[in-house]
Amino acid sequence: MKTSFREKLTPTDLIMWSIGGILLALIVIGSWSTLSSGKYSARHWLDFTIFGLAQGSIYALIALGYTMVYGVLRMINFAHSEVFMSGPYTAYFVAAFFHTSGLLDSHPLLSMLVVLLVSMTTSTFVAYLLERIAYRPLRTAPRLVPLITAIGASFFLQYTFRGLYGSGFQAYPVIKPLERHWEILGLRILGFQVVIIVAAAVMMMALYLFVQKTKTGKALRAVSEDKETAALMGIDVDRMISITFIIGGMAAGAAGVLYALMFKQVHFFMGFIPGIKAFTAAVLGGIGNIPGAMLGGIFLGFIESLGPSLFLDGLGIVAPYQLKDAIAFTMLVLVLIFRPTGILGERLAVKKA
Amino acid sequence: MKRFLVAAVSLGLILTFSPSLSFGAKEKKGEAFKYEDPIGVVKIKPGQPIHIAYWFVIAGPDASLGIDTKRGVEIAIDDKGGKLLGHPIKLTGQDSGCNAEGGQAAATKLASDPTIVAAIGSNCSSEARPGAPILWKAGIPTVSPSNTAPYLTDPKRGPEYDGYLRTAHNDKVQGAVAAEFAIKKLGVKRAATIHDGSVYAEQLQAVFAETFKKLGGTITAQEAVSPTDTDMRPVLTRIATGNPEFIYYPIFIAAGGHITRQAKEIAGLEKVYLMSADGTFSPDFYKAAGEAAIGMFHSSPDFSAFAEGYKDFLAKHQKKYGEKPIAPFHAHAYDAAMMIFAAIEKVAKKGPDGTLYIGRKALRDALYATKNFKGLTGTLSCDQYGDCADPRIAVYQTTEENVKKLVMPDKPFWKPY
Repeated sequence: MKTSFREKLTPTDLIMWSIGGILLALIVIGSWSTLSSGKYSARHWLDFTIFGLAQGSIYALIALGYTMVYGVLRMINFAHSEVFMSGPYTAYFVAAFFHTSGLLDSHPLLSMLVVLLVSMTTSTFVAYLLERIAYRPLRTAPRLVPLITAIGASFFLQYTFRGLYGSGFQAYPVIKPLERHWEILGLRILGFQVVIIVAAAVMMMALYLFVQKTKTGKALRAVSEDKETAALMGIDVDRMISITFIIGGMAAGAAGVLYALMFKQVHFFMGFIPGIKAFTAAVLGGIGNIPGAMLGGIFLGFIESLGPSLFLDGLGIVAPYQLKDAIAFTMLVLVLIFRPTGILGERLAVKKA
Repeated sequence: MKRFLVAAVSLGLILTFSPSLSFGAKEKKGEAFKYEDPIGVVKIKPGQPIHIAYWFVIAGPDASLGIDTKRGVEIAIDDKGGKLLGHPIKLTGQDSGCNAEGGQAAATKLASDPTIVAAIGSNCSSEARPGAPILWKAGIPTVSPSNTAPYLTDPKRGPEYDGYLRTAHNDKVQGAVAAEFAIKKLGVKRAATIHDGSVYAEQLQAVFAETFKKLGGTITAQEAVSPTDTDMRPVLTRIATGNPEFIYYPIFIAAGGHITRQAKEIAGLEKVYLMSADGTFSPDFYKAAGEAAIGMFHSSPDFSAFAEGYKDFLAKHQKKYGEKPIAPFHAHAYDAAMMIFAAIEKVAKKGPDGTLYIGRKALRDALYATKNFKGLTGTLSCDQYGDCADPRIAVYQTTEENVKKLVMPDKPFWKPY
């Protein structure tokens, strides 16, 4: 059966579509009445957009790790949120040392690069070890087994770092040049927002080029298409899988430092919420698809920052930001109703049923 | 076969005689000594410890609250010489996580231990809401040193909270003090509030808003975030559209730190006054908020109005832990422990064999009957709903030195009395 379209409508489809229709109608009505009330000026909307873009870039970088591992191994690496936590938490001690020794104020760029490097190295190392110790021995096990292992690994890492660094939290020192802001055409841009958006864009671009243009990237794609055939073509599958985890770890470590620039607080449990959000972003964009994860992350950032004001304000709901997560997950439901494989999702039914 | 018969006969003999023997012994003792309680009696054999449990937040961003109160209890035990009525005092505890789920889990664990005589806790009002009824169902009365939400001692709270008391102030007082401070001292007319959905923050900001409006002010927004949120810029931008002069966010350390740091970044909020409450009054909050906290205000118990013995307490604290208290409720915890010890001393009876009998209902009633109890925080008298505090709330301002050295200000900036 090659038909990819629905031959007939089932009652379930009808119910799902009507739920989708109602949600869509609520969003349109809410947005229209918010916009027509004129409570927010154009400047406010631009502010919301920039907040969303900065937050979304971080989600996108974390989501890369989820989506690449899924693309290659068809498993959801729930311990990825701890890979994300391990980097900035370890790098905090370096940052704090630079702060007390005064290097952070005299050479902010250099010391930030070192901090970034430490964070990326730690996360990469954790991701690599995770693959070698927890996942590789289970390569041939049924799919549920590595999934449960991932959850166990996640707890193990969380409490290991709690044991190492304590159960309290730490706060990154303030980097003076990044706390400045510029007013451009009445729009306020903060230093660290520029850094986050630019850094994330550069990293995502580099990753995209790596996967699309290099030989290793080609091999990665081949492994994600079909492991057995790739092995027959002389590709070292185990090595490719390690590389996938290493790239995911690097992106997570970088995302961690950007997160710490934006929010300062780091603790052993910090990965949980961003991890869930980034996983949502990966599903939104179409899990297994790299540009999809980037798009999904940024889309989720926008929804979280714009959504409550745009959709809910017009419907007269008080304290809409309490419902930020509810809106984000509603959007996920909405996207999955109309596009079950995500925004840029591949057609799973044909390829890997 | 012979051996089997012997075994069976001796077993039969043991079975027939042993119950009558022990029954006989019990009846004989019962005539001499009888101690009954409608809920249950804790029996403590000679040399066995009196078991008191705490349920505090001892991990995560709000751990300062739990560690501070735990130290208060430990100093109280030291002051008693570690002994009560000749029995050693044993203190164990559970982490309650500063949320409803954590409170429920901690209370359930404590409730399953029949040796626990009384509990001290919780820290966050959200924990007490599901937790206190679980403890009371097991007959364990609990005294909280830091729950402040009005609901917990409200006449409408229901009989399941009958075993619950607190030495902390009721937020009906704290919210009103904050509003009076904003209007009378700072002279602001427009204020916004932020809560985090916890029973503490929601009720405290509601009391503030109500008093603020009564005193002639306008509330521009009553927003909410969730305790795990990190990006507060969108919600602060939304608040900025109402042009408030004052933002009151009586929430906890993690989210409170994010709001403090991010508020000054938002266009239109550069000059706004920031104020939080006792939940964030801790050096850990200064760590979370950084230099952005300089100049902001906190409402908290008035340390300068504490009793004479407080100076002694601080000296012991410094000696035992090498630092100043790290949150506002150590003295309340000390008082809670002392109140429990006094109540146990009042109701406990010694049997002829030296066993200590403590009636659970009797203990609860004795705690509720506490009147004119001289504590560190003032003179405590419990009302029929378990409010025992002698609430004196002051407003503190954070200076640069506080943030740099990570110490709380100890001199009030403003007092309502």
